[in-house]
Amino acid sequence: MLYEILNKTEEVPNVYRIEIYEPDIAKKAKPGQFIILMSDEVSERIPISIADTSDETITVFVQEQGISSAKIANMQAGEVFYSVVGPLGLPAVIDNFGTVLLGGGCYGIGGIYPLAKALKKAGNKIITILEARSSYLLYFEEEFKVISDELFVATSDGTKGFTGQVHDVVDILVNERNYKFDHAKFMGCTFMMMNCSNATVPYKIPTMVALNAIMLDGTGMCGCCRVSVGGETKFACVDGPEFDGHVVDWDLMMKRKGSYLQEEMMAYQKDPHVCKALEQLYLEGECDD
Amino acid sequence: MTEESSKPKPTRPPRVKMQEQPPEIRAKNFLEVPYGYTPEEAVLEAQRCLNCKKPKCVEGCPVSVKIPEFVALIVEGKFIDAAKKIKETNVLPAVCGRVCPQESQCEGTCILGRKFEPVAIGNLERFVADYQRLAGELELPKIPPSNGKKIAVIGSGPSGLTVAGDLILLGYEVTIFEAFHKGGGVLVYGIPEFRLPKEIVESELDYLEKLGAKFSYNHVIGTIKTIDELFEKDGFDAVYIGVGAGLPSFMNIPGENLTGVYSANEYLTRSNLMKAYLFPKYDTPILKGKHVTVVGGGNVAMDSARTALRLDSETVTLVYRRAKEQMPARVEELHHAEQEGVILKLLSNPVEIFGDEDGNVIRIKCQRYELGEPDDSGRRRPVPIEGDYFEYDTDMVVIAIGGNANPLITATTPDLEKNKWGYIVTDVSGRTSKKFVYAGGDIVTGSATVISAMGAGRRAAEAIHQDLSEKEEE
Repeated sequence: MLYEILNKTEEVPNVYRIEIYEPDIAKKAKPGQFIILMSDEVSERIPISIADTSDETITVFVQEQGISSAKIANMQAGEVFYSVVGPLGLPAVIDNFGTVLLGGGCYGIGGIYPLAKALKKAGNKIITILEARSSYLLYFEEEFKVISDELFVATSDGTKGFTGQVHDVVDILVNERNYKFDHAKFMGCTFMMMNCSNATVPYKIPTMVALNAIMLDGTGMCGCCRVSVGGETKFACVDGPEFDGHVVDWDLMMKRKGSYLQEEMMAYQKDPHVCKALEQLYLEGECDD
Repeated sequence: MTEESSKPKPTRPPRVKMQEQPPEIRAKNFLEVPYGYTPEEAVLEAQRCLNCKKPKCVEGCPVSVKIPEFVALIVEGKFIDAAKKIKETNVLPAVCGRVCPQESQCEGTCILGRKFEPVAIGNLERFVADYQRLAGELELPKIPPSNGKKIAVIGSGPSGLTVAGDLILLGYEVTIFEAFHKGGGVLVYGIPEFRLPKEIVESELDYLEKLGAKFSYNHVIGTIKTIDELFEKDGFDAVYIGVGAGLPSFMNIPGENLTGVYSANEYLTRSNLMKAYLFPKYDTPILKGKHVTVVGGGNVAMDSARTALRLDSETVTLVYRRAKEQMPARVEELHHAEQEGVILKLLSNPVEIFGDEDGNVIRIKCQRYELGEPDDSGRRRPVPIEGDYFEYDTDMVVIAIGGNANPLITATTPDLEKNKWGYIVTDVSGRTSKKFVYAGGDIVTGSATVISAMGAGRRAAEAIHQDLSEKEEE
């Protein structure tokens, strides 16, 4: 049935891999595009990167972090989404750049996977860095091992790979190990993408990020997702989501992203499935999305 | 007129006023403002009609509703028949009765209006449509057997619904593609509940569905399917594009991306389509400013200002760069807004919005304007007065200054001619440069009214029928 969840797995605590039956979107989706999901009639419309497609299905990774993602995370195989719209946004720029650095964190690990596949196919050498707060939160490593020429991981608590985040590893690879990159793409929370973009500036690596602005219709109609890139206002939904990370106004991006924090907390606390631990994370500012 | 002046001066009973919620009450709720006529009031008002032999009102109506005929049926108390009479040429009477600018159309040309107040045609139209709906008497018209031809209508707003309604009655199989999860287009995302209850739009959509129209929601044509694919893969014989204007305009002034600055499209879509005014019962949030500024002078600006009042604001200020007489908003909308307490700052235009350190709007700076020579639209051009500025505290700004064409379809349909602003070019009947592709409504004209979009839909439906019939003969 259209919009039905065919498979759902919890990849790591709180990150869900969801395969949805939607043949039309599956046929059209290109790497870097996204869909807008509503779990039920009263849900928000939330944008989610397409992580994979088959002939008839699309796969997304959802991290529970607010009322709408919590609702999605609580849906089970066999259940049907109220609304699935896509494919939206411009596809990511895929070319034979040479050596490409890919960095993914949180939902962005799944999100960046189709870019890795497409870039590999285009003839690039792929160096991937994945980050998580702790080793038990890393997922998709096997898939990335297969597709990447080299794979590095970083954990905040040092339980696996480098201690730190993707941007720390970028510094180490370039400064200490003399890696040269012709292109970089990062996907994760806003904070992560900002740090990574800042990290590649001194090395002059052309850097693209997938901005995860708040959206409503996703077709350019409302302007909710406006971001400032190189001093120009752009709509993340139709001009992006991929933009040059070196000229994104990150301060503005963060502020607009936080427009509804109070309201989100209120709605989330009202929800019977509320997860107190996550709420704590929110308050501690560990996750800004 | 000379004949008339020799007779004693005729008298006419005054126009029957529609009862409405008092301003101080309604400004705090989302219920519809006017209550509508009672049957007695409707008959009384209908009796004022002169039943002109050459009815000017019909000429004033973009879809040529048979006005004197339906009004005469009201006089006889045949309300259901009156509704059916309207539906012969207008698929959305309950909507049009509420949102048409009658003062510049049917009522504006009413002969009675030359000496007295015109017949309240809009109120009567609304009355019979509501009467029929509430009576549950949705008798379906006879539909001819399918002629086997498939029509794709892109967009379920007023023009798309008109095309669908007209072509179904001619035996076509119609599929309506809608990008949102609910149908109705601007009737649902743009026009607020207090002006057009969504239940009415839903019942109009139900009616079309009962007639046989298929609705494909969540379909953004241009991305999930291109127009060419609608022909080649899905086997449609004609495509009508009625996707609305699309992109909101901003002013390109400093501070426009601060948190608390909305386009009217976003503000109204959150409140109307996503029902953010019912948050947290509905998940979509909306900011509630204490001192709200709305920029613009059209109906969308009025809808935004009146929505802000209902979302707990203490003051709502409307900033408009021309004078009051030049506002494009309907007289009734402006009147309602003023009654409810919207403050007007005319001949003014924002030049900068200021924020606090967290990026929230706190203040706005405007420049004063004066009226200069008339421009192309015939309205006196607003000219900024150099050095004349004023500032005031505001914590939310809604920008309602119109929009631009959405490129999603034109970008993926290269052989579709568009003008320099990106709007689709058509002939008077809605034919585009691409064979068997038609367009109408805001994506052709830029921001306009519900009824003009319906008029365009009506003409396009005729063109589609004509072209496909000719094709068959060939």
